[in-house]
Amino acid sequence: MLILKALSLGPLHGYGVIQRIRQLSDQMLSVEQGSLYPALYRIEQKGWVTSKWEMNETGRRAKFYALTKAGRKQLTAEEESWDRLALAIAKVRQAT
Amino acid sequence: MRWGNLLLARLYGLFRRDAVMQDIDEELRLHVELEAQTNIARGMTPEKALWAARRSFGNVGYIKDLAYEIRGGGIMETIWQDLRYALRMLGKNPGFTAVAVITLALGIGATTAIFSVVNAVLLRPLPFDHPDQLTAVWQTHPFGKKLGYDHLPVAPADFDAWRRSADAFAGLTALAGGNWNVTGGDEPERISGARVSTNMLGLLRARPALGRDFAPDEETFGKNRVVILSYGFWQRRFGGDPKVVGTQIMLDGDPFQIIGVMPRGFSFPRGMGIDPALGLDDDLALWTPLALPPDQLVSRGNHFMAAVGRLKPGATFAQALAQLAAVEQRLDEQSSAAAGKDWNVTLGPLHEQVVGKSRRALLLLLGAVVFVLLIACANVANLLLARANARHKEIAIRTALGAARWRIVRQLLTESVLLALVGGALGVLLAVWGVDALVAMSAGNIPRAAEVGIDARVLFLALGVALATGLAFGLAPALQSSRPDLNESLKEGSRGGGSSPRRQRVRSALVVAEIALALVLLTGAGLLVKSFARLQNVRPGFDYEDVLTMTLFLPDARYPEERKRANFYRQVLERVRRLPGVESAGGVSQLPLGGSEEIDGLEIEGRPRAETAAAVMTAAFRVVSPDYFKTLRIPLLRGRYFTEQDTADAPGVMIIDETFARRYFPGEDPVGKRVDEQGSLQPKGYMTIVGVVASVKHTSLDSDPKPTMYLSSQQSPWHTMVLTVRSKTDPTALAAAVRREIAQVDPDQPIADVAPFEQVFGRAVAPQRFNSTLLGAFAAVAALLAAVGIYGVIAYGVSQRAHEIGVRVALGAQRADILRLIVGQAMALTLVGVGLGLGAALVLTRTMRGLLFEVSASDPSVFVGVALLLTSVAFTASLIPARRATRIDPLIALRYE
Repeated sequence: MLILKALSLGPLHGYGVIQRIRQLSDQMLSVEQGSLYPALYRIEQKGWVTSKWEMNETGRRAKFYALTKAGRKQLTAEEESWDRLALAIAKVRQAT
Repeated sequence: MRWGNLLLARLYGLFRRDAVMQDIDEELRLHVELEAQTNIARGMTPEKALWAARRSFGNVGYIKDLAYEIRGGGIMETIWQDLRYALRMLGKNPGFTAVAVITLALGIGATTAIFSVVNAVLLRPLPFDHPDQLTAVWQTHPFGKKLGYDHLPVAPADFDAWRRSADAFAGLTALAGGNWNVTGGDEPERISGARVSTNMLGLLRARPALGRDFAPDEETFGKNRVVILSYGFWQRRFGGDPKVVGTQIMLDGDPFQIIGVMPRGFSFPRGMGIDPALGLDDDLALWTPLALPPDQLVSRGNHFMAAVGRLKPGATFAQALAQLAAVEQRLDEQSSAAAGKDWNVTLGPLHEQVVGKSRRALLLLLGAVVFVLLIACANVANLLLARANARHKEIAIRTALGAARWRIVRQLLTESVLLALVGGALGVLLAVWGVDALVAMSAGNIPRAAEVGIDARVLFLALGVALATGLAFGLAPALQSSRPDLNESLKEGSRGGGSSPRRQRVRSALVVAEIALALVLLTGAGLLVKSFARLQNVRPGFDYEDVLTMTLFLPDARYPEERKRANFYRQVLERVRRLPGVESAGGVSQLPLGGSEEIDGLEIEGRPRAETAAAVMTAAFRVVSPDYFKTLRIPLLRGRYFTEQDTADAPGVMIIDETFARRYFPGEDPVGKRVDEQGSLQPKGYMTIVGVVASVKHTSLDSDPKPTMYLSSQQSPWHTMVLTVRSKTDPTALAAAVRREIAQVDPDQPIADVAPFEQVFGRAVAPQRFNSTLLGAFAAVAALLAAVGIYGVIAYGVSQRAHEIGVRVALGAQRADILRLIVGQAMALTLVGVGLGLGAALVLTRTMRGLLFEVSASDPSVFVGVALLLTSVAFTASLIPARRATRIDPLIALRYE
């Protein structure tokens, strides 16, 4: 979900995804960077993202990932279920 | 759609491996570089920055592997890779590969061969339309049950009544055997065929390949001179000429019109388990309508037919049986003669009839062969475990380099499955050959033998067994060796790990299981072999060595009068007796151990006539020539043998056997009493008993003799006579000379079944020989594999403990101590296995009871014998590595450290 969220703001290359996640989470979440790629490939195969080799801002070839329609739908669905879970947990916590 | 894309991507990955790899490589490299730049920007030195970037990235090799698995050819790619690797590994160890493949081929091949028999006999439906509707119908009688027969042939009157009134049947067909002398053409020949109701082919929904089916009115007596030829007979006698349809064939001197030829492979009712009752030969030459003269059609006393029915769709066997039983009861009430009373009926699926007694033996063999397969698996698992130790370092290195555990397990499993598949392929080849050998060896004791073969189902099973065995024997070693202790294994100069006690325990457990399985098999085989030996040592009551036998048939058409027949027999015997090398010559209507009996009723002079059917006295009868008893050396107990003077003009005489005397003349002297034989023979009135001879095993070796009366071939000549010629030398050498003498008397007389009596005797014990030979062979293979297994484990243990043994020797242990140590270890395993095996055998051999003859299923001598045998085999197998252990040089062993 994190990857989808990161990409929802615009196409990024792999390293960009890591940085975006770091930014969005105020450095609180740091995944093992390498494991990002198998995850990216997997969601690419599921059709949630597409990839393209393009030049980056410094003129280097980099592979950019962009969210597809299906990916956006998936993101919404996952966010909703997350929210529900978070809400449920919050309710339980308040009850005690 | 997505799956299609995915498949394309996979295929792309598989074939454009380098491109995909490069793509991933570049992407990952870029990532690390960017991270390093970020780090530099944070003020790190370039080296430190790169190092930190790599560190936070994680295990590059592992991630690449993972990434490639997703992006590349994926599972297909790795399987392909594993396969190539496995082939390379197996090729590098030809010795190991050969042993494993041969072991598996034996196991899978034997399983496949036996299964193909089981498949054909038990599983495959009969080769007719809707075979589940077909049923075999027999009659029963309280008296027959008393003698041990519960499936008696059917009488014409009963059959006729069934056919008229049982509407649960779509049709009922009667079958009887027949023998004819074929004349005209090159050579007179004796053939066997079936006389059948004209609806038989329709009932089976079979059609002639050439010509036409019988017409319903051809069952009428007098219109029945038509035949349909079997494919085999058509080929053999007529060279497959289609023009024979419509021509005539001479059977017993009468012309019959050939109206059709059946397709190849059709030989109903051969192999349906009803042929012994009909007296059919192996070779079925033709079918002809079963047309009975009106007086026979109403007979309830003459039981000679088999009946096969087809149920109407929806009708059950129980309904059909109830209807027939009702008919029987009505007939019983109408019947006045004692011989027509108390008959009843039984029926069952035709397939049951076909399978008959062979089911138990086949399942036993299948069980045995599965045991062999299990032992083979255990052995290969052991080999793999030993080899896993040798490959310990390789696997440790691969793990250290980031190979996932699952990946290594899969690699190892690929190797074992590949081994199993190669073994399986070889096994199927073995089975192809083995099935032929099995069928040949069974000598006609496998029903539907012609249908036995390797079909899709058998191949499917072989493939399944190969895959399953590959997984079974590969899984444990693969799981174990994929979890190496890295530090230990990679240490310089390590002895290769694998000395873990757990692994050794698995191997020991495998060996214990092997020994237990082998013991069960050996016990089963031992019991069968022992009962076979018992059977062969049964005194049949006559001496069959150096006796030549051959069969003569005198058809009524050519020899209508008894006198003419008696004359023919006398002349032949006289001529044969005078041949040089002949000690004596006799003849009998039916050879002992022939598997069946002719049973007739009788009355004893001065005793009241029987009121009920169950009270009718019956006995088997045989017609013999004067010298028959002398030729077979059947001892005379009282009175005299028949002589040449007991001719048709002399008073009627009879000889009875001991069993007859005991049953009907207890405490009396039977000699001089008079008996009337009633049934198959031309009535002769009361005949005087002139002698009592010892009883003979007439039906089979494992059944008790039945009361038997002997009549003289000069007074009551039977239409068949089996010549028995006792030779002073090799009996087969006489055959040609005897044939010449017979031709001198009647050149048109065909002769059949020329064989030494020993061969006939061999046929009588063929089923037992078949079972005990096969099970014995399986047990031998099992014992051998178990020996190899224990050898492997002990030899491996010795190599592992070389250091320890070296220390022991250095500390003053003697050779004998070392021997005792190693052999003791082997014996401990063996004894555990033997103990477990004995327990299992005790339970399992109970299922064999019906196959044993005069041997208890828990025969102590067999159990003790096989336990000792297997223990000594294991002892010998462990002795070799143990002796090697004693030769360990302590210096070398210690320096190795």
